[in-house]
Amino acid sequence: MSLFGKKQKETAAVTYISHTGDTQQVLVPVGDSVMEGAISNGINGIVAECGGACQCATCHVYVDESFLARLNPIQENEDEMLNTTFCPRRANSRLGCQIPVTKELDGLIVRTPEAQQ
Amino acid sequence: MPDGVVIVGAGQAGFQVAASLRTEGFDGPVVLIGDEPGLPYQRPPLSKGYLAGKQAIESIALRPTAFYEKQRIELLPGDRVIEIDRGSNWVTLASGRRVQYGTLVLAVGARNRTLSLKGAELDGVRYLRTDAEAVEIKERLAQARDVVVIGGGFIGLELAAAASEHGKSVHVLEALPRLMARVVSPILSDFYRELHTSHGVRISFGVELGEIAGRQGKVSAVVFRDGTAYPADLVLIGVGVVPNLELAREAGLAVANGIAVDEQLRTEDAKIYAIGDCADHPNPYAGARVRIESVQNAVDQAKCIAATIAGRVHSYRSVPWFWTDQFDISLQMVGLSAGYDRIVTRGEPESHKFSVFYFKQERLVAIDSINRPGDHVVGRKLIANGTTVTPEQAADLSVDLKALAAAP
Repeated sequence: MSLFGKKQKETAAVTYISHTGDTQQVLVPVGDSVMEGAISNGINGIVAECGGACQCATCHVYVDESFLARLNPIQENEDEMLNTTFCPRRANSRLGCQIPVTKELDGLIVRTPEAQQ
Repeated sequence: MPDGVVIVGAGQAGFQVAASLRTEGFDGPVVLIGDEPGLPYQRPPLSKGYLAGKQAIESIALRPTAFYEKQRIELLPGDRVIEIDRGSNWVTLASGRRVQYGTLVLAVGARNRTLSLKGAELDGVRYLRTDAEAVEIKERLAQARDVVVIGGGFIGLELAAAASEHGKSVHVLEALPRLMARVVSPILSDFYRELHTSHGVRISFGVELGEIAGRQGKVSAVVFRDGTAYPADLVLIGVGVVPNLELAREAGLAVANGIAVDEQLRTEDAKIYAIGDCADHPNPYAGARVRIESVQNAVDQAKCIAATIAGRVHSYRSVPWFWTDQFDISLQMVGLSAGYDRIVTRGEPESHKFSVFYFKQERLVAIDSINRPGDHVVGRKLIANGTTVTPEQAADLSVDLKALAAAP
Protein backbone atom coordinates (compact mmCIF):
# COMPACT_ATOMS: atom_id res chain seq x y z
CA MET A 1 0.00 0.00 0.00
CA SER A 2 1.74 3.11 -1.22
CA LEU A 3 0.85 6.49 0.18
CA PHE A 4 1.59 7.86 -3.25
CA GLY A 5 -0.57 5.37 -5.06
CA LYS A 6 -3.74 6.08 -6.92
CA LYS A 7 -6.44 7.84 -5.02
CA GLN A 8 -8.89 5.36 -3.59
CA LYS A 9 -12.08 5.27 -5.62
CA GLU A 10 -15.02 6.93 -3.87
CA THR A 11 -17.54 4.47 -2.55
CA ALA A 12 -20.98 4.44 -0.97
CA ALA A 13 -22.41 1.86 1.39
CA VAL A 14 -25.30 -0.21 0.04
CA THR A 15 -27.24 -2.70 2.13
CA TYR A 16 -28.91 -5.65 0.41
CA ILE A 17 -31.60 -7.48 2.36
CA SER A 18 -32.84 -10.83 1.04
CA HIS A 19 -36.48 -11.92 1.24
CA THR A 20 -35.54 -14.08 4.23
CA GLY A 21 -33.91 -11.13 6.00
CA ASP A 22 -30.23 -11.91 5.32
CA THR A 23 -28.49 -8.55 5.42
CA GLN A 24 -25.20 -7.63 3.76
CA GLN A 25 -23.69 -4.18 3.61
CA VAL A 26 -21.00 -3.56 1.01
CA LEU A 27 -19.07 -0.59 -0.32
CA VAL A 28 -19.89 0.08 -3.98
CA PRO A 29 -17.71 2.38 -6.09
CA VAL A 30 -19.54 5.57 -7.03
CA GLY A 31 -20.70 5.22 -10.63
CA ASP A 32 -21.25 1.47 -10.45
CA SER A 33 -24.86 0.32 -10.41
CA VAL A 34 -26.74 -1.28 -7.54
CA MET A 35 -26.77 -4.45 -9.69
CA GLU A 36 -22.98 -4.37 -10.19
CA GLY A 37 -22.48 -3.85 -6.47
CA ALA A 38 -24.44 -7.03 -5.80
CA ILE A 39 -22.79 -9.16 -8.49
CA SER A 40 -19.22 -8.18 -7.63
CA ASN A 41 -19.84 -8.91 -3.96
CA GLY A 42 -21.48 -12.26 -4.55
CA ILE A 43 -24.85 -11.23 -3.22
CA ASN A 44 -27.56 -13.72 -4.08
CA GLY A 45 -30.98 -12.51 -5.09
CA ILE A 46 -29.83 -10.54 -8.12
CA VAL A 47 -29.30 -12.41 -11.37
CA ALA A 48 -28.53 -9.77 -14.03
CA GLU A 49 -28.92 -12.03 -17.02
CA CYS A 50 -28.37 -9.33 -19.65
CA GLY A 51 -25.45 -7.77 -17.80
CA GLY A 52 -26.99 -4.40 -17.15
CA ALA A 53 -28.51 -3.57 -20.53
CA CYS A 54 -32.02 -3.14 -19.12
CA GLN A 55 -33.30 -6.03 -21.23
CA CYS A 56 -34.14 -8.81 -18.79
CA ALA A 57 -35.62 -7.55 -15.47
CA THR A 58 -33.66 -10.06 -13.35
CA CYS A 59 -32.03 -7.43 -11.11
CA HIS A 60 -35.36 -6.32 -9.61
CA VAL A 61 -35.06 -4.65 -6.19
CA TYR A 62 -37.42 -2.97 -3.76
CA VAL A 63 -35.82 0.31 -2.71
CA ASP A 64 -36.25 1.44 0.89
CA GLU A 65 -38.83 4.24 0.81
CA SER A 66 -36.57 6.73 2.54
CA PHE A 67 -34.25 6.73 -0.49
CA LEU A 68 -36.81 6.91 -3.27
CA ALA A 69 -36.69 10.70 -3.59
CA ARG A 70 -32.91 10.61 -4.08
CA LEU A 71 -32.95 8.13 -6.97
CA ASN A 72 -32.54 8.97 -10.63
CA PRO A 73 -35.94 8.93 -12.34
CA ILE A 74 -37.27 5.81 -14.09
CA GLN A 75 -36.84 5.92 -17.87
CA GLU A 76 -39.40 4.46 -20.26
CA ASN A 77 -37.51 1.25 -20.99
CA GLU A 78 -36.98 0.46 -17.31
CA ASP A 79 -40.64 1.28 -16.64
CA GLU A 80 -41.71 -1.25 -19.29
CA MET A 81 -39.24 -3.92 -18.17
CA LEU A 82 -40.51 -3.53 -14.60
CA ASN A 83 -43.84 -4.86 -15.87
CA THR A 84 -42.09 -8.17 -16.60
CA THR A 85 -40.53 -8.87 -13.21
CA PHE A 86 -41.02 -12.34 -11.75
CA CYS A 87 -42.16 -11.05 -8.34
CA PRO A 88 -44.84 -8.36 -8.22
CA ARG A 89 -43.91 -4.80 -9.08
CA ARG A 90 -44.51 -2.35 -6.25
CA ALA A 91 -44.31 1.42 -5.99
CA ASN A 92 -40.68 1.11 -4.83
CA SER A 93 -39.63 -1.39 -7.53
CA ARG A 94 -36.55 -0.58 -9.60
CA LEU A 95 -34.06 -2.46 -11.73
CA GLY A 96 -30.70 -2.49 -9.95
CA CYS A 97 -28.81 -1.98 -13.21
CA GLN A 98 -30.53 1.37 -13.72
CA ILE A 99 -29.54 2.89 -10.36
CA PRO A 100 -26.03 4.34 -10.43
CA VAL A 101 -24.59 4.56 -6.94
CA THR A 102 -23.83 8.14 -5.91
CA LYS A 103 -22.38 9.75 -2.83
CA GLU A 104 -25.89 11.00 -1.99
CA LEU A 105 -27.10 7.39 -1.90
CA ASP A 106 -24.58 6.39 0.80
CA GLY A 107 -26.44 4.09 3.17
CA LEU A 108 -28.90 2.93 0.49
CA ILE A 109 -31.04 -0.05 1.46
CA VAL A 110 -32.58 -2.36 -1.13
CA ARG A 111 -34.55 -5.57 -0.65
CA THR A 112 -34.30 -8.38 -3.17
CA PRO A 113 -37.42 -10.32 -4.18
CA GLU A 114 -37.98 -14.00 -3.47
CA ALA A 115 -37.06 -14.88 -7.05
CA GLN A 116 -35.95 -13.13 -10.24
CA GLN A 117 -37.11 -15.68 -12.80
CA MET B 1 -16.95 -38.70 -11.08
CA PRO B 2 -19.68 -40.74 -12.73
CA ASP B 3 -22.45 -38.35 -11.66
CA GLY B 4 -20.60 -35.13 -12.43
CA VAL B 5 -21.42 -32.56 -15.06
CA VAL B 6 -18.55 -31.41 -17.25
CA ILE B 7 -19.20 -28.22 -19.22
CA VAL B 8 -17.04 -27.53 -22.25
CA GLY B 9 -16.92 -23.79 -22.86
CA ALA B 10 -17.11 -21.05 -20.22
CA GLY B 11 -18.98 -18.39 -22.16
CA GLN B 12 -22.44 -17.14 -21.26
CA ALA B 13 -24.07 -20.54 -21.89
CA GLY B 14 -21.47 -22.65 -20.08
CA PHE B 15 -21.40 -20.34 -17.09
CA GLN B 16 -25.20 -20.33 -16.87
CA VAL B 17 -25.44 -24.13 -16.85
CA ALA B 18 -23.04 -24.26 -13.91
CA ALA B 19 -24.90 -21.56 -12.01
CA SER B 20 -28.36 -22.94 -12.76
CA LEU B 21 -27.42 -26.51 -11.82
CA ARG B 22 -26.91 -25.23 -8.28
CA THR B 23 -30.12 -23.20 -8.16
CA GLU B 24 -31.92 -26.31 -9.47
CA GLY B 25 -30.52 -28.23 -6.51
CA PHE B 26 -28.01 -30.39 -8.38
CA ASP B 27 -25.46 -31.44 -5.77
CA GLY B 28 -22.88 -33.40 -7.78
CA PRO B 29 -19.54 -32.18 -9.08
CA VAL B 30 -19.60 -29.42 -11.71
CA VAL B 31 -16.53 -28.70 -13.83
CA LEU B 32 -16.44 -25.67 -16.14
CA ILE B 33 -13.69 -25.67 -18.76
CA GLY B 34 -12.91 -22.54 -20.79
CA ASP B 35 -10.12 -21.92 -23.27
CA GLU B 36 -9.74 -18.25 -22.36
CA PRO B 37 -7.80 -17.17 -19.27
CA GLY B 38 -9.56 -15.66 -16.27
CA LEU B 39 -13.14 -15.55 -15.10
CA PRO B 40 -16.11 -16.11 -17.43
CA TYR B 41 -17.38 -12.78 -18.73
CA GLN B 42 -20.12 -11.19 -20.81
CA ARG B 43 -19.44 -10.52 -24.46
CA PRO B 44 -22.18 -7.98 -25.34
CA PRO B 45 -20.49 -5.03 -23.56
CA LEU B 46 -17.30 -5.58 -25.57
CA SER B 47 -18.76 -3.99 -28.69
CA LYS B 48 -21.24 -1.81 -26.79
CA GLY B 49 -20.63 -0.21 -23.38
CA TYR B 50 -16.92 -0.99 -23.11
CA LEU B 51 -15.85 0.46 -26.46
CA ALA B 52 -18.17 3.42 -25.95
CA GLY B 53 -16.37 4.14 -22.67
CA LYS B 54 -19.46 3.61 -20.54
CA GLN B 55 -18.36 0.36 -18.92
CA ALA B 56 -15.02 -0.72 -17.42
CA ILE B 57 -13.47 -3.99 -18.55
CA GLU B 58 -13.27 -5.05 -14.88
CA SER B 59 -17.05 -4.94 -14.64
CA ILE B 60 -17.81 -7.53 -17.30
CA ALA B 61 -17.03 -10.67 -15.26
CA LEU B 62 -20.22 -12.68 -14.85
CA ARG B 63 -19.37 -13.46 -11.21
CA PRO B 64 -16.34 -12.98 -8.91
CA THR B 65 -13.96 -15.83 -7.99
CA ALA B 66 -15.69 -16.36 -4.65
CA PHE B 67 -18.91 -17.36 -6.43
CA TYR B 68 -17.28 -20.43 -8.00
CA GLU B 69 -15.79 -21.50 -4.67
CA LYS B 70 -19.04 -21.03 -2.81
CA GLN B 71 -21.08 -22.85 -5.44
CA ARG B 72 -18.49 -25.64 -5.73
CA ILE B 73 -17.98 -25.04 -9.41
CA GLU B 74 -14.54 -26.18 -10.46
CA LEU B 75 -13.41 -23.61 -13.00
CA LEU B 76 -10.61 -24.66 -15.35
CA PRO B 77 -9.71 -21.56 -17.37
CA GLY B 78 -7.06 -21.47 -20.07
CA ASP B 79 -7.58 -25.12 -20.99
CA ARG B 80 -9.39 -26.83 -23.81
CA VAL B 81 -11.04 -30.18 -24.38
CA ILE B 82 -9.32 -31.88 -27.29
CA GLU B 83 -11.04 -35.24 -27.23
CA ILE B 84 -14.24 -36.86 -26.02
CA ASP B 85 -14.15 -40.58 -25.31
CA ARG B 86 -17.84 -41.46 -25.45
CA GLY B 87 -17.20 -45.13 -24.72
CA SER B 88 -15.77 -44.56 -21.27
CA ASN B 89 -17.10 -41.01 -20.64
CA TRP B 90 -13.82 -39.15 -20.32
CA VAL B 91 -12.67 -35.90 -21.85
CA THR B 92 -9.01 -35.12 -22.46
CA LEU B 93 -7.76 -31.56 -22.10
CA ALA B 94 -4.95 -29.79 -23.95
CA SER B 95 -3.03 -29.68 -20.67
CA GLY B 96 -3.06 -33.48 -20.60
CA ARG B 97 -5.58 -33.61 -17.78
CA ARG B 98 -8.46 -36.08 -18.10
CA VAL B 99 -11.89 -35.60 -16.54
CA GLN B 100 -14.67 -38.17 -16.29
CA TYR B 101 -18.26 -37.09 -16.87
CA GLY B 102 -21.70 -38.34 -16.07
CA THR B 103 -23.20 -35.63 -18.25
CA LEU B 104 -21.29 -33.60 -20.80
CA VAL B 105 -22.42 -30.16 -21.97
CA LEU B 106 -21.00 -28.75 -25.19
CA ALA B 107 -21.23 -24.96 -24.91
CA VAL B 108 -18.34 -24.50 -27.30
CA GLY B 109 -19.68 -21.40 -29.03
CA ALA B 110 -18.47 -19.97 -32.27
CA ARG B 111 -15.43 -18.22 -33.65
CA ASN B 112 -15.14 -15.30 -36.02
CA ARG B 113 -15.48 -15.95 -39.69
CA THR B 114 -12.24 -14.73 -41.20
CA LEU B 115 -11.68 -13.10 -44.57
CA SER B 116 -9.31 -14.87 -46.90
CA LEU B 117 -8.19 -11.61 -48.38
CA LYS B 118 -4.72 -10.55 -49.38
CA GLY B 119 -3.37 -8.37 -46.60
CA ALA B 120 -5.75 -9.68 -43.91
CA GLU B 121 -2.71 -10.56 -41.77
CA LEU B 122 -1.40 -6.99 -41.72
CA ASP B 123 -0.91 -5.16 -38.44
CA GLY B 124 -3.99 -3.02 -37.83
CA VAL B 125 -6.53 -5.55 -39.13
CA ARG B 126 -8.58 -6.75 -36.17
CA TYR B 127 -11.50 -8.99 -35.30
CA LEU B 128 -13.52 -8.81 -32.08
CA ARG B 129 -14.49 -11.81 -30.01
CA THR B 130 -12.66 -11.75 -26.68
CA ASP B 131 -12.08 -9.25 -23.90
CA ALA B 132 -8.38 -9.10 -24.79
CA GLU B 133 -9.26 -8.24 -28.38
CA ALA B 134 -11.67 -5.53 -27.21
CA VAL B 135 -8.96 -3.95 -25.05
CA GLU B 136 -6.59 -3.96 -27.98
CA ILE B 137 -9.17 -2.47 -30.37
CA LYS B 138 -9.88 0.29 -27.88
CA GLU B 139 -6.18 1.13 -27.59
CA ARG B 140 -5.80 1.16 -31.35
CA LEU B 141 -8.93 3.28 -31.77
CA ALA B 142 -7.32 5.97 -29.65
CA GLN B 143 -4.39 6.14 -32.13
CA ALA B 144 -6.30 5.61 -35.35
CA ARG B 145 -7.48 8.22 -37.80
CA ASP B 146 -9.19 6.38 -40.64
CA VAL B 147 -11.20 3.38 -39.55
CA VAL B 148 -12.68 1.01 -42.10
CA VAL B 149 -15.26 -1.49 -40.85
CA ILE B 150 -15.86 -4.53 -43.02
CA GLY B 151 -19.38 -5.87 -42.44
CA GLY B 152 -22.63 -3.98 -41.89
CA GLY B 153 -24.18 -6.40 -39.40
CA PHE B 154 -24.71 -5.95 -35.65
CA ILE B 155 -21.04 -6.18 -34.64
CA GLY B 156 -19.73 -4.15 -37.56
CA LEU B 157 -22.23 -1.38 -36.90
CA GLU B 158 -21.64 -1.35 -33.15
CA LEU B 159 -17.91 -1.05 -33.88
CA ALA B 160 -18.59 1.72 -36.41
CA ALA B 161 -20.72 3.64 -33.90
CA ALA B 162 -18.03 3.32 -31.22
CA ALA B 163 -15.29 4.46 -33.61
CA SER B 164 -17.42 7.39 -34.71
CA GLU B 165 -18.07 8.36 -31.09
CA HIS B 166 -14.29 8.39 -30.63
CA GLY B 167 -14.21 11.08 -33.31
CA LYS B 168 -12.71 8.90 -36.05
CA SER B 169 -13.43 9.00 -39.73
CA VAL B 170 -15.40 5.77 -40.26
CA HIS B 171 -16.27 3.93 -43.46
CA VAL B 172 -18.47 0.81 -43.37
CA LEU B 173 -18.19 -1.66 -46.24
CA GLU B 174 -21.11 -4.02 -46.82
CA ALA B 175 -21.36 -6.66 -49.52
CA LEU B 176 -25.17 -6.65 -49.59
CA PRO B 177 -27.36 -3.73 -50.70
CA ARG B 178 -28.48 -2.83 -47.17
CA LEU B 179 -27.47 -2.97 -43.47
CA MET B 180 -28.22 -5.94 -41.18
CA ALA B 181 -29.91 -7.51 -44.20
CA ARG B 182 -29.90 -11.00 -42.73
CA VAL B 183 -32.04 -10.06 -39.73
CA VAL B 184 -34.08 -6.90 -40.15
CA SER B 185 -36.54 -5.47 -42.68
CA PRO B 186 -35.52 -2.79 -45.20
CA ILE B 187 -37.32 -0.15 -43.09
CA LEU B 188 -34.85 -0.73 -40.29
CA SER B 189 -31.90 -1.02 -42.65
CA ASP B 190 -32.81 2.43 -43.99
CA PHE B 191 -33.28 3.82 -40.49
CA TYR B 192 -29.81 2.62 -39.48
CA ARG B 193 -28.23 3.94 -42.68
CA GLU B 194 -29.66 7.37 -41.82
CA LEU B 195 -28.56 7.06 -38.20
CA HIS B 196 -24.97 6.27 -39.13
CA THR B 197 -24.66 8.76 -41.97
CA SER B 198 -26.13 11.51 -39.76
CA HIS B 199 -23.17 10.88 -37.44
CA GLY B 200 -20.75 11.21 -40.34
CA VAL B 201 -20.21 7.49 -40.94
CA ARG B 202 -19.74 6.71 -44.61
CA ILE B 203 -21.33 3.48 -45.91
CA SER B 204 -20.65 1.62 -49.17
CA PHE B 205 -23.02 -1.14 -50.31
CA GLY B 206 -22.51 -3.98 -52.76
CA VAL B 207 -18.80 -3.87 -52.02
CA GLU B 208 -16.52 -6.42 -53.65
CA LEU B 209 -13.24 -6.39 -51.79
CA GLY B 210 -9.97 -6.71 -53.62
CA GLU B 211 -7.29 -6.61 -50.97
CA ILE B 212 -6.02 -4.89 -47.88
CA ALA B 213 -2.96 -2.87 -48.72
CA GLY B 214 -0.10 -2.18 -46.35
CA ARG B 215 3.19 -0.42 -45.86
CA GLN B 216 5.96 -2.01 -43.82
CA GLY B 217 3.60 -4.61 -42.44
CA LYS B 218 1.00 -2.06 -41.35
CA VAL B 219 -2.39 -1.61 -42.97
CA SER B 220 -2.67 1.51 -45.14
CA ALA B 221 -5.79 1.07 -47.28
CA VAL B 222 -8.69 -1.17 -48.23
CA VAL B 223 -8.87 -1.72 -51.97
CA PHE B 224 -12.04 -2.71 -53.85
CA ARG B 225 -11.92 -5.15 -56.72
CA ASP B 226 -12.35 -2.27 -59.16
CA GLY B 227 -9.19 -0.69 -57.80
CA THR B 228 -10.74 2.08 -55.71
CA ALA B 229 -8.67 2.47 -52.56
CA TYR B 230 -9.76 3.94 -49.24
CA PRO B 231 -7.11 4.90 -46.69
CA ALA B 232 -7.22 3.05 -43.40
CA ASP B 233 -4.95 2.74 -40.41
CA LEU B 234 -7.37 0.45 -38.59
CA VAL B 235 -9.56 -2.18 -40.24
CA LEU B 236 -12.20 -3.85 -38.08
CA ILE B 237 -13.82 -6.96 -39.47
CA GLY B 238 -17.24 -8.23 -38.37
CA VAL B 239 -18.48 -10.69 -40.96
CA GLY B 240 -20.22 -13.24 -38.77
CA VAL B 241 -19.16 -16.37 -36.95
CA VAL B 242 -18.78 -20.07 -37.59
CA PRO B 243 -19.79 -22.55 -34.88
CA ASN B 244 -17.10 -24.68 -33.29
CA LEU B 245 -18.08 -28.14 -34.47
CA GLU B 246 -14.79 -30.01 -34.68
CA LEU B 247 -14.89 -31.55 -31.20
CA ALA B 248 -18.42 -32.93 -31.69
CA ARG B 249 -17.67 -34.12 -35.21
CA GLU B 250 -14.55 -35.96 -34.09
CA ALA B 251 -16.58 -37.58 -31.33
CA GLY B 252 -18.91 -38.94 -34.00
CA LEU B 253 -21.88 -36.76 -33.07
CA ALA B 254 -24.21 -35.51 -35.80
CA VAL B 255 -23.42 -31.99 -36.94
CA ALA B 256 -25.13 -29.88 -39.57
CA ASN B 257 -25.45 -26.12 -39.31
CA GLY B 258 -24.45 -26.73 -35.70
CA ILE B 259 -24.27 -29.63 -33.26
CA ALA B 260 -27.57 -31.43 -33.79
CA VAL B 261 -29.80 -31.68 -30.72
CA ASP B 262 -33.42 -32.58 -30.00
CA GLU B 263 -36.18 -30.61 -28.21
CA GLN B 264 -34.41 -31.17 -24.90
CA LEU B 265 -31.13 -29.95 -26.42
CA ARG B 266 -29.65 -33.43 -26.18
CA THR B 267 -27.41 -34.85 -28.88
CA GLU B 268 -27.93 -38.39 -30.15
CA ASP B 269 -25.76 -39.44 -27.19
CA ALA B 270 -28.10 -39.23 -24.18
CA LYS B 271 -25.23 -38.13 -21.94
CA ILE B 272 -24.25 -35.18 -24.11
CA TYR B 273 -26.08 -31.86 -24.55
CA ALA B 274 -25.20 -28.93 -26.80
CA ILE B 275 -26.39 -25.38 -26.14
CA GLY B 276 -25.84 -21.78 -27.15
CA ASP B 277 -24.25 -20.50 -30.36
CA CYS B 278 -23.14 -24.01 -31.43
CA ALA B 279 -26.48 -25.82 -31.05
CA ASP B 280 -28.63 -26.64 -34.08
CA HIS B 281 -31.97 -27.11 -32.34
CA PRO B 282 -35.64 -27.42 -33.25
CA ASN B 283 -37.11 -24.04 -32.39
CA PRO B 284 -40.89 -23.66 -32.13
CA TYR B 285 -40.69 -19.97 -33.10
CA ALA B 286 -38.78 -20.79 -36.26
CA GLY B 287 -40.86 -23.85 -37.07
CA ALA B 288 -37.54 -25.34 -38.12
CA ARG B 289 -34.10 -26.26 -36.87
CA VAL B 290 -31.98 -23.18 -36.23
CA ARG B 291 -28.79 -22.04 -34.60
CA ILE B 292 -29.15 -18.76 -32.71
CA GLU B 293 -26.30 -16.51 -31.62
CA SER B 294 -27.58 -14.51 -28.67
CA VAL B 295 -27.38 -14.02 -24.93
CA GLN B 296 -31.05 -14.96 -24.50
CA ASN B 297 -30.56 -18.23 -26.36
CA ALA B 298 -27.42 -19.08 -24.39
CA VAL B 299 -29.00 -18.31 -21.02
CA ASP B 300 -32.38 -19.94 -21.61
CA GLN B 301 -30.95 -23.09 -23.18
CA ALA B 302 -28.56 -23.37 -20.23
CA LYS B 303 -31.43 -23.09 -17.75
CA CYS B 304 -33.47 -25.61 -19.71
CA ILE B 305 -30.84 -28.35 -19.54
CA ALA B 306 -29.87 -27.52 -15.95
CA ALA B 307 -33.47 -28.32 -14.97
CA THR B 308 -33.43 -31.53 -17.02
CA ILE B 309 -30.11 -32.68 -15.56
CA ALA B 310 -31.43 -31.95 -12.05
CA GLY B 311 -34.35 -34.25 -12.79
CA ARG B 312 -37.10 -32.00 -14.12
CA VAL B 313 -37.14 -32.73 -17.83
CA HIS B 314 -37.73 -29.65 -19.96
CA SER B 315 -38.17 -29.02 -23.66
CA TYR B 316 -36.72 -25.78 -24.97
CA ARG B 317 -39.34 -23.23 -25.98
CA SER B 318 -38.20 -19.77 -24.87
CA VAL B 319 -39.05 -16.77 -27.02
CA PRO B 320 -35.95 -15.46 -28.80
CA TRP B 321 -35.03 -11.84 -28.15
CA PHE B 322 -32.05 -9.71 -29.07
CA TRP B 323 -30.79 -6.17 -28.81
CA THR B 324 -28.20 -3.92 -30.36
CA ASP B 325 -27.01 -0.51 -29.14
CA GLN B 326 -25.68 1.92 -31.73
CA PHE B 327 -25.12 5.58 -30.88
CA ASP B 328 -27.97 6.48 -28.53
CA ILE B 329 -30.48 4.10 -30.12
CA SER B 330 -31.36 0.69 -28.76
CA LEU B 331 -33.04 -1.75 -31.13
CA GLN B 332 -35.02 -4.41 -29.29
CA MET B 333 -36.05 -7.49 -31.23
CA VAL B 334 -38.34 -10.35 -30.28
CA GLY B 335 -39.22 -13.44 -32.29
CA LEU B 336 -37.68 -14.75 -35.51
CA SER B 337 -38.64 -12.84 -38.64
CA ALA B 338 -37.08 -15.17 -41.22
CA GLY B 339 -39.52 -16.00 -43.99
CA TYR B 340 -41.94 -13.16 -43.21
CA ASP B 341 -44.39 -12.27 -45.95
CA ARG B 342 -45.85 -9.04 -44.58
CA ILE B 343 -44.70 -6.19 -42.37
CA VAL B 344 -46.50 -3.24 -40.84
CA THR B 345 -45.11 -0.38 -38.79
CA ARG B 346 -46.53 0.95 -35.56
CA GLY B 347 -45.52 4.60 -35.16
CA GLU B 348 -43.60 6.66 -37.70
CA PRO B 349 -39.93 5.94 -38.45
CA GLU B 350 -39.41 9.72 -38.81
CA SER B 351 -40.35 10.10 -35.14
CA HIS B 352 -37.55 7.69 -34.14
CA LYS B 353 -40.20 5.88 -32.15
CA PHE B 354 -41.64 2.92 -34.02
CA SER B 355 -41.90 -0.84 -34.24
CA VAL B 356 -41.94 -3.17 -37.20
CA PHE B 357 -44.30 -6.14 -36.91
CA TYR B 358 -43.45 -9.18 -39.04
CA PHE B 359 -46.16 -11.61 -40.18
CA LYS B 360 -45.80 -15.02 -41.73
CA GLN B 361 -48.95 -16.59 -43.12
CA GLU B 362 -50.99 -14.08 -41.10
CA ARG B 363 -49.27 -15.04 -37.87
CA LEU B 364 -47.24 -12.49 -35.89
CA VAL B 365 -43.69 -13.89 -35.78
CA ALA B 366 -41.45 -10.98 -34.74
CA ILE B 367 -41.35 -7.36 -33.62
CA ASP B 368 -38.41 -4.97 -33.90
CA SER B 369 -38.73 -1.83 -31.77
CA ILE B 370 -36.95 1.50 -31.78
CA ASN B 371 -37.68 3.58 -28.67
CA ARG B 372 -40.95 1.70 -28.13
CA PRO B 373 -39.97 -0.62 -25.27
CA GLY B 374 -43.62 -1.21 -24.47
CA ASP B 375 -44.13 -2.89 -27.85
CA HIS B 376 -41.10 -5.08 -27.21
CA VAL B 377 -42.17 -6.12 -23.74
CA VAL B 378 -45.75 -6.90 -24.73
CA GLY B 379 -44.39 -8.57 -27.87
CA ARG B 380 -42.57 -11.16 -25.79
CA LYS B 381 -45.95 -12.18 -24.39
CA LEU B 382 -47.86 -11.98 -27.68
CA ILE B 383 -45.34 -14.16 -29.47
CA ALA B 384 -44.82 -16.63 -26.62
CA ASN B 385 -48.57 -17.17 -26.32
CA GLY B 386 -49.26 -17.14 -30.03
CA THR B 387 -51.86 -14.43 -29.47
CA THR B 388 -53.77 -13.50 -32.61
CA VAL B 389 -52.84 -9.99 -33.71
CA THR B 390 -53.84 -8.73 -37.13
CA PRO B 391 -51.61 -6.42 -39.16
CA GLU B 392 -54.36 -3.80 -38.90
CA GLN B 393 -54.35 -4.00 -35.10
CA ALA B 394 -50.55 -3.85 -35.00
CA ALA B 395 -50.45 -0.71 -37.13
CA ASP B 396 -53.22 1.05 -35.20
CA LEU B 397 -51.76 3.06 -32.31
CA SER B 398 -55.21 3.22 -30.70
CA VAL B 399 -55.26 -0.57 -30.26
CA ASP B 400 -54.03 -1.51 -26.79
CA LEU B 401 -51.61 -4.40 -27.34
CA LYS B 402 -51.37 -5.03 -23.60
CA ALA B 403 -55.10 -5.67 -23.50
CA LEU B 404 -54.74 -8.12 -26.39
CA ALA B 405 -51.95 -9.92 -24.54
CA ALA B 406 -53.98 -10.08 -21.35
CA ALA B 407 -57.15 -11.39 -23.02
CA PRO B 408 -57.84 -15.06 -22.27
